[in-house]
Amino acid sequence: MDVLAPLLVIVLLGVVVWLVSGPLRAGAAATEEADTARREDLEAAKEAKYREIRDAELDRRTGKLSEADWRVVDRELRAEAMELLRRLDELGSE
Amino acid sequence: MATVGQACLILALLTCAYGIGASLYGASARRRDWVDSGRRAVYALAVLATAAFVILETAFLRSDFHYTVVATHSSTTTPTFYKAAAAWSSQEGSLLLWVWLLSLWSSLVLFLVRRRLRDVAPYATAVLLGFGAFFTALLIFSATPFETVAAAPPEGTGLNPLLRHPSMMIHPPMLYSGYTLWAIPFAFAIGALVVRRVDADWIRATRRFALAAWFFLGIGILLGARWSYAELGWGGYWAWDPVENASLLPWLTGTAFLHSVMVQEKRGMLKVWNVSLILTTGTLAILGTFLVRSGILDSIHAFGASTLGVPFVSLIGLMIAGSVALIVTRRDSLRSEHRLDSLLSREAVFLGNNLVLVGLAFVVFWGTFFPLISEAVTGTKAAVGPPWFDRYTVPLALVLVLLSGIGPVIAWRRATWANARRNFLWPVVAAVLTLALLVAFGVTSNVAAVTMFALGAFVVAVVGQELGRGVSARRAMADEGPARALVSLVRRNRRRYGGYTVHVGMAVLFVGVAASTAFQHARDVRLSPGQTATIGGYQITYQQATSRADYRGTRLERVALGAVLDVKRKGRHVTTLRTERGYYPATAAFASGSVVQGIFDGDATSEVGMKAGLTRDLWTAIRPDPEYLQKVIDALVAKTKNQPIDQQFRVVGNLLGTYRQGAFPAQFRLISSPLVTWIWLGGIIVFAGGLIALWPAPDASGRRATAGYAGRVARELGRA
Repeated sequence: MDVLAPLLVIVLLGVVVWLVSGPLRAGAAATEEADTARREDLEAAKEAKYREIRDAELDRRTGKLSEADWRVVDRELRAEAMELLRRLDELGSE
Repeated sequence: MATVGQACLILALLTCAYGIGASLYGASARRRDWVDSGRRAVYALAVLATAAFVILETAFLRSDFHYTVVATHSSTTTPTFYKAAAAWSSQEGSLLLWVWLLSLWSSLVLFLVRRRLRDVAPYATAVLLGFGAFFTALLIFSATPFETVAAAPPEGTGLNPLLRHPSMMIHPPMLYSGYTLWAIPFAFAIGALVVRRVDADWIRATRRFALAAWFFLGIGILLGARWSYAELGWGGYWAWDPVENASLLPWLTGTAFLHSVMVQEKRGMLKVWNVSLILTTGTLAILGTFLVRSGILDSIHAFGASTLGVPFVSLIGLMIAGSVALIVTRRDSLRSEHRLDSLLSREAVFLGNNLVLVGLAFVVFWGTFFPLISEAVTGTKAAVGPPWFDRYTVPLALVLVLLSGIGPVIAWRRATWANARRNFLWPVVAAVLTLALLVAFGVTSNVAAVTMFALGAFVVAVVGQELGRGVSARRAMADEGPARALVSLVRRNRRRYGGYTVHVGMAVLFVGVAASTAFQHARDVRLSPGQTATIGGYQITYQQATSRADYRGTRLERVALGAVLDVKRKGRHVTTLRTERGYYPATAAFASGSVVQGIFDGDATSEVGMKAGLTRDLWTAIRPDPEYLQKVIDALVAKTKNQPIDQQFRVVGNLLGTYRQGAFPAQFRLISSPLVTWIWLGGIIVFAGGLIALWPAPDASGRRATAGYAGRVARELGRA
């Protein structure tokens, strides 16, 4: 056990150093992920917008939203969703 | 292995310090590699905390008494099930559990957002690692679980008998999961404030974690209530105990947060309120951990007392000061994008619900800390009792249940009187009918309880109507049968219908609380075998005394003195109740040479006798008459004073025989309480709803289309 304990500590230290130094060893290669990050943020925003559109639709069907109110809300939300799609496409073409 | 465990903690602290530095440097210098390295420090913390926790658990399971913490919280005779749980009955083990859970949740959230919120995430990482560093430092410098002695004692003290209950295996990990999960939205809120990105993105990224925190904390609270009801021998499930209250506080403000974030997501409103709520909730979660561990307030959780006050108060102070400073300096960015259009809108109802929840939290906070406040002001520690809490919480709970019925059927932005009439007609009819039925059956003695029953019916009717309309709408869109339409509806709108299910569960739970509080019959009686007491129309007869000694191997583990009671109603047998008072020998007294003294000087617990039903619980707990018992003990101690231990065990045997055969009196607490089971059923419904809301939505990543934007939106919406 006397030998095993320091050995285990060294192994753990090695694992920690290997784990945290990975990105530093990879260097600047990570910077190309910036677009991916932006895309994921926009995708998340798009999904949230779709959820809102579906919610409004369900509110109309269950009688919480009048037909006229729903039309206004739905138009607004769809315009916002389209804007998100446009920004996603821009990101793809850059 | 203790050395390895201690090394894990030291490495963990160094890793946290490195990770904080790497994340902050990466964020300020815009160096992605350093930010990623900081995130990986969280993964490394998880590896190290897991290793430390496994080492400690192994020591408990192997009864390795070289570890001081194992020797003082477990024994060879502790059942394996409880040996595992004994780790977190200790202060050291529970703090390690905190770090371990925090590291796991933090790793998970940072992995999930590794390609999102790039500006916010490094600061969130630093905050999470800051918590990790704080608790790891406590484990290294103040409460180390890996302290060992060269010569292990032959036997340990054993687990506190009160904690030998199955829910104790799950209750603390659930509470701590809740506390640590609240750290996630707290950290991301701090990150969002630092970089002034206070839109709803950080809320969306951490919403599931906030929901999980609420879910686990709620389960923990309910299990604690169940434990109190079944184990503590006073017959209640909620005593407004400071530690119970401490867990309720973040749950209340967290519930408010889960509602008000919907207003920010939909309308861009309540930004200041939302960050304030989550920063308060995160701080209250730390306060909850502190109260369990500090012993600054008198509590049934006295087994958690310690001296970690100064570091915890410093951390809480820092969290409050930092939160206030961030909100004040970012107040321009936190301006609402819209105004409240109408008081007849869902936003207004959510705001009302938030005010009630925060009001409840304030009442609970004031009542909990009143002893400290009164001591500071008057020099005398005075406590407030359940009647004080009830005076304020009952009306607030009534309003809360009412709002939980209104919320699901009122429209965003502005509801019209026409659709309000359409949506509320039948639920109001259901409430009025319930009220009429209760009056007809003469249930009128407690106005608050009767009102709660009517409001409960209102909420159930609202949700039933919503589900019915949703299913009809679904069937109109797709050719599906009612059951399939219901499943599809819930599957496609998990957050909405999960939430509605939670509302039904809360209504059921509150009805149970109201009924069992208002219409409970409770009596403390002194009975000798053969005597009968009457309670709530039940005749309860003390049939016979019971006694037994439980051994594990050759060691006397417990002496139990109990009773068998026969329950009749209108002359007909209803059930038989068995209750016991268990006495756990104090090891120190054994060592001093007196077995009898050792048995009755140790811990004592109640095994309650209970017949639980959907409509009523019959509950009893025995306490052998102390006057008589003391005389017997004194006589036996005198008789066995200079006898060898073996001889004394025989005398204990005689005591048990004498107790069984004698017609000795005992004190009984008898309770007949309606609808207690509804509380547990309501809890199960609440958590089923929570699970529905938590369950991940179908994966949307495969959806890609290339047509015009309007067409794409329509097509992608149709595929969900």
